[in-house]
Amino acid sequence: MNLLDLFRFATGGLHGHRLRTGLSVLGVAIGVASVILLTSLGEGARRYVTGEFATLGSNLLILIPGKTETAGLAPLVSTAPHDLTRQDAEAVRQRVPQIRRVAPVAVGTASATAGARSREVTVIGTTHELLAIRHLKMTSGRFLPEDLPDAAVCVLGARVQRELFPDRNPLGQRVRIGDWRFRVIGVIEPRGTSIGLDLDEVVEIPVDTALRVFNRTGLFRVLAEVNPNADLDAAGRAALEVLRERHAGQEDVTLLTQDSVLTTFNQILGVLTAALAGIAAISLGVAGLGIMNVMLVSVSERTREIGLLKAVGATHAQVVAVFLLEAAVLATTGGAIGLAAGLASGRLLERLYPDFPVHAPEWAILAALVVSCSVGVIFGILPARQAARLDPVEALMRRKA
Amino acid sequence: MIQLQGIERVYEVGASPVRALRGVNLSIARGDYVSIMGPSGSGKSTLLHILGCLDRPTAGSYRLAGQETADLPEAELSRVRRHQIGFIFQFFHLIPRLTAAGNIELPMVFAGIPAEERRERARRSLEVVGLTARAGHRPDQLSGGEQQRVAIARAVVMEPAVLLADEPTGNLDSVSGSEVVRLIERMNTDGLTLIVVTHDPQVGGRARRCIRLADGLVVEDTEPPSRRRSAAPAPEVT
Ligand SMILES: Nc1ncnc2c1ncn2[C@@H]1O[C@H](COP(=O)(O)OP(=O)(O)OP(=O)(O)O)[C@@H](O)[C@H]1O
Ligand SMILES: [Mg+2]
Repeated sequence: MNLLDLFRFATGGLHGHRLRTGLSVLGVAIGVASVILLTSLGEGARRYVTGEFATLGSNLLILIPGKTETAGLAPLVSTAPHDLTRQDAEAVRQRVPQIRRVAPVAVGTASATAGARSREVTVIGTTHELLAIRHLKMTSGRFLPEDLPDAAVCVLGARVQRELFPDRNPLGQRVRIGDWRFRVIGVIEPRGTSIGLDLDEVVEIPVDTALRVFNRTGLFRVLAEVNPNADLDAAGRAALEVLRERHAGQEDVTLLTQDSVLTTFNQILGVLTAALAGIAAISLGVAGLGIMNVMLVSVSERTREIGLLKAVGATHAQVVAVFLLEAAVLATTGGAIGLAAGLASGRLLERLYPDFPVHAPEWAILAALVVSCSVGVIFGILPARQAARLDPVEALMRRKA
Repeated sequence: MIQLQGIERVYEVGASPVRALRGVNLSIARGDYVSIMGPSGSGKSTLLHILGCLDRPTAGSYRLAGQETADLPEAELSRVRRHQIGFIFQFFHLIPRLTAAGNIELPMVFAGIPAEERRERARRSLEVVGLTARAGHRPDQLSGGEQQRVAIARAVVMEPAVLLADEPTGNLDSVSGSEVVRLIERMNTDGLTLIVVTHDPQVGGRARRCIRLADGLVVEDTEPPSRRRSAAPAPEVT
């Protein structure tokens, strides 16, 4: 019996009951669509986050106060016995030869006021070296001065500038940040979000000034750029060693690199995606039960037909094949529809939220089709075997239902 | 062609088993035309199902074309049904969603015959039963007599050796009934062994040999004893 004929005969069996067939196809379609959509979201989140960190540059060390067991999650948990200070940053710069630039970073929020306009901003206290380390570009003016770490000057992010000085040149103008007054010396080019900070929403001021404004001694983190041809790991170890010495032998600083961050986030978000896929898979399982139900009904309705198939010489295996194929066709049709719907709604989301890349992973697309087909086969086995086991005489003698 | 010896068929229903056949001995020659009659519940259909390898006897031996069927595995029985036996039923048993031609092609589909050959053979079969014009019609667009003729075309399209009919005219008026009978008789003339179960004495009387069943036993057989002996090596015939 050739496969095409088998296929024709099996799909013919589905024609009679459009509504019933349609509903069970819909069930599978919903299951597959949700698998595709949820994994797309998970994968999108992964790409988004890793994309953020990928802009860091591969020769950057990030030193964060506090030590956690799971490297990479340091920004979330931070119990530091020792602050990470300006002097720590300087020591790292001077004592680790592979490091060519160091930018201390202090962070706080405050309201910024210019004339009658005011808004909340994130204030970053840093030094002139941040410009080169983070590859920032100036729209106008200049970045923080090299030799005045406690000057009352500030550099505005693109949106801060637009909102505080919508219609005049901000250079030389006064801005009040918290209770302090600053002179604007530059504006940074629009840049967008990076490591969770929207640099367009930020005001940069000299680091010592910032520590005074926020009344702190500890830094948020220290960024260190390693010579491109030097060994990043060795430089990192050397930096940690310097800090350990300065912190009375305690290892209370976490070192992040682009690689370590990316690896960690990839892992976390990979698990998240798998979890989402698992949730969606439940609906596929439910859809499988729907198919089984439809096939069982179909077998009992077509008892006489099955009896006849046997009378004209269909073997046990052929009867099983007919019903299995029927279930597989149902499920795979649903799978294909669901795949299309899932991809389409992913596109729609992408259109609505362009910042958030929705991405259907290739494996999910393939898996959706393979899984839906196997759902059909697995949930079709029971009905198909029931059909094939029917006694032909009894099946034939049964009167019309 | 057919040799039955001590065929019994017992249905286990609840505490008391039903003995539908209680030792049937019978032999039927190739090309013969046999009718089986008898009161309702006498075991006619049961016997016919065993002859058609749709059912297995509880005891006894059934040799078809020299082959003992009791030894055959299920898959082999399917092959026997496919190639040696054609079945016609009282209720036609056409598949409603398939056209007349599609129904006739069905046995060939399961036999793995290529599509072109199937179409050609179905066309010829339809011609034989005089329904060429109805090839594309579905069963619900055909009269009872026409449906039965499609069923006959389907039964013989694999060119079986034996045609078994269980009350083929039971659901038809006398005109289409006799059309059907004439059709299967013509096939018998062409060499097909024909066995018809019927309640209708007119139909049953046309057969060359009439067998009467009662209570699971053969109680009457019009076969002349001389011929019986030569055709049937089985020594004991009721
Ligand atoms: N599946 C079954 N289970 C139990 N008993 C059965 C079964 N099939 C048939 N019988 C019994 O076997 C006996 C013979 O049945 P069979 O159908 O062969 O009779 P029949 O001669 O064809 O009758 P009819 O003329 O009414 O068709 C009857 O007593 C019937 O009740
Ligand atoms: Mg009967």
